[in-house]
Amino acid sequence: MLRVVSGVSLIAERGQVTALLGANGAGKTTTIECAQGLQSRSGGTISLLGQDPGRSGADLRSRVGLMLQDGGLPPSARPIPLLRHIAGMYARPRSVDELVERLGIDSFARTSVRRLSGGQKQRLALAAALIGNPEVLFLDEPSAGLDPQSRQLVFELIAELRDAGMGIILTTHLMDDAQRLADYVYIIDAGRNVAEGTVAQLLQRKPAVESGEHIRTLLFEAEAGLNLTGVLPETITVSETRAGSYVANGPLTPQDLAALTTWWAAHGVMPTSLSLAARSLEDVFLDVSGKEIR
Amino acid sequence: MTATPGAVVRQSPATLPRRILLQGKYEAVAMLRNGEQLILAVVLPLLALVGLTVTPLLDGLGGSRINIAVPGILALCALSTAFTGQGIATGFDRRYGVLRFLSTTPLGRPGLIAGKVLAVLTVLALQVAVITAVALPLGWSPPAAGWLPGLTLLVLGAAAFTALGLLVAGTVRPEATLAITNLLWILLGALGGIVIPADRLPAVVQGIVHYLPSGALGAALREAFLFGTVNFGAALILLIWTVLAGAAAIRWFKWN
Repeated sequence: MLRVVSGVSLIAERGQVTALLGANGAGKTTTIECAQGLQSRSGGTISLLGQDPGRSGADLRSRVGLMLQDGGLPPSARPIPLLRHIAGMYARPRSVDELVERLGIDSFARTSVRRLSGGQKQRLALAAALIGNPEVLFLDEPSAGLDPQSRQLVFELIAELRDAGMGIILTTHLMDDAQRLADYVYIIDAGRNVAEGTVAQLLQRKPAVESGEHIRTLLFEAEAGLNLTGVLPETITVSETRAGSYVANGPLTPQDLAALTTWWAAHGVMPTSLSLAARSLEDVFLDVSGKEIR
Repeated sequence: MTATPGAVVRQSPATLPRRILLQGKYEAVAMLRNGEQLILAVVLPLLALVGLTVTPLLDGLGGSRINIAVPGILALCALSTAFTGQGIATGFDRRYGVLRFLSTTPLGRPGLIAGKVLAVLTVLALQVAVITAVALPLGWSPPAAGWLPGLTLLVLGAAAFTALGLLVAGTVRPEATLAITNLLWILLGALGGIVIPADRLPAVVQGIVHYLPSGALGAALREAFLFGTVNFGAALILLIWTVLAGAAAIRWFKWN
């Protein structure tokens, strides 16, 4: 028997984005496919909405949405008839028109799946996963092939669904995806989970190797929707990971802190929390797994 | 009814008959929109029908050319749609992860298979209508008592070929499925006892043709549509093929 995954234990809550972060081959997909009932497992227990996905029926499948990495959409199909077809499998589907508009699918509604770009396929696959208005949504590498605009669109939708109470489980090998989307992160390596926590908790883990590194990460919470463009130099990326929660990554200097606080002062912004870390999620990942990752 | 966007409510599946009906309709439309499938399903059987009525191949078999030819052509239609057409479509659906995705929707694996069977039967019904519409003006005169056993055996043959098509599509690469199902269509069509009765075939193949699903279906349909009688031996052979191929497909079918 091949044991691909043998020490993974994780919990994903409603109303949260839970990320499984790991290098290719770490066991993310196997874990998630067992949880989806796509692979049969040789041991262990999995409970999805209180049921065993390995023996689930149509009832459980109707409450779970999946966006597979390879899409799984028929190449000759056209987006809207395909979505209507899948919608018919549910008693109370979401409105196809609303999803089509929301995900910008109307701009390629007449193109067959075969001719769609990677990002278009990805958006259609997300729509197919959401059409049943699931309580649990599995996303396998959701930003693969997405251009920056589509990525923003998809990330906003994911955050909105999370806020509406959907439980979202995301597998990714991209640090940035985990950092921007996840409420809770499990780092998977060689078939077991090696670290877990919120992004902030993971960033504040004591490094395995002490180093005289510079401050790399700044986290703060303030009012939502601040436009911080141009406040910090280009070597530092700033993103709002969820409403009102900001993270700045890069080689931070005292001048950068001064620039940020000056900007807050000028705009009457008072942060409700502020923390610094010497590390990025990538460092944490390297610490716990010893593996390279993008 | 449409749910409020974004609000998480408890979902339930559409009823099983509705899911199967939807999938059957979807796959039938996909088959009928595919040009190659249409050639295989309608054009080639019609050409074969014309070919058999203008050549003396079927002379001296105790019936008019058209009366002997049409039952074989109907059997050929089942081979086209249930085995070759359905097999190729399933093979590529497997390659592109379509089977995997659909099996995670409320449709599920059993619903997916049932939908495919329904699509095959729908296309086959259309083929029977087209062949009948062409054959009757050409002088085809089946006995009224032949229709019930004939159509029943045709459905049984389609079941056997569907199971065989799924077995091939689920176990080898789609390119191999394409090659195998097309090659077998030609071989079984020409030498498998489908359109040309076993006793007109070379001596070497005569012995085995009766035991092939093609030979059994061809013989059973000719008996039904020529004399209005049921060939129980051929029906049993078709049933055995259906059960064996179905069991093998359940055992070895790979979903991805």
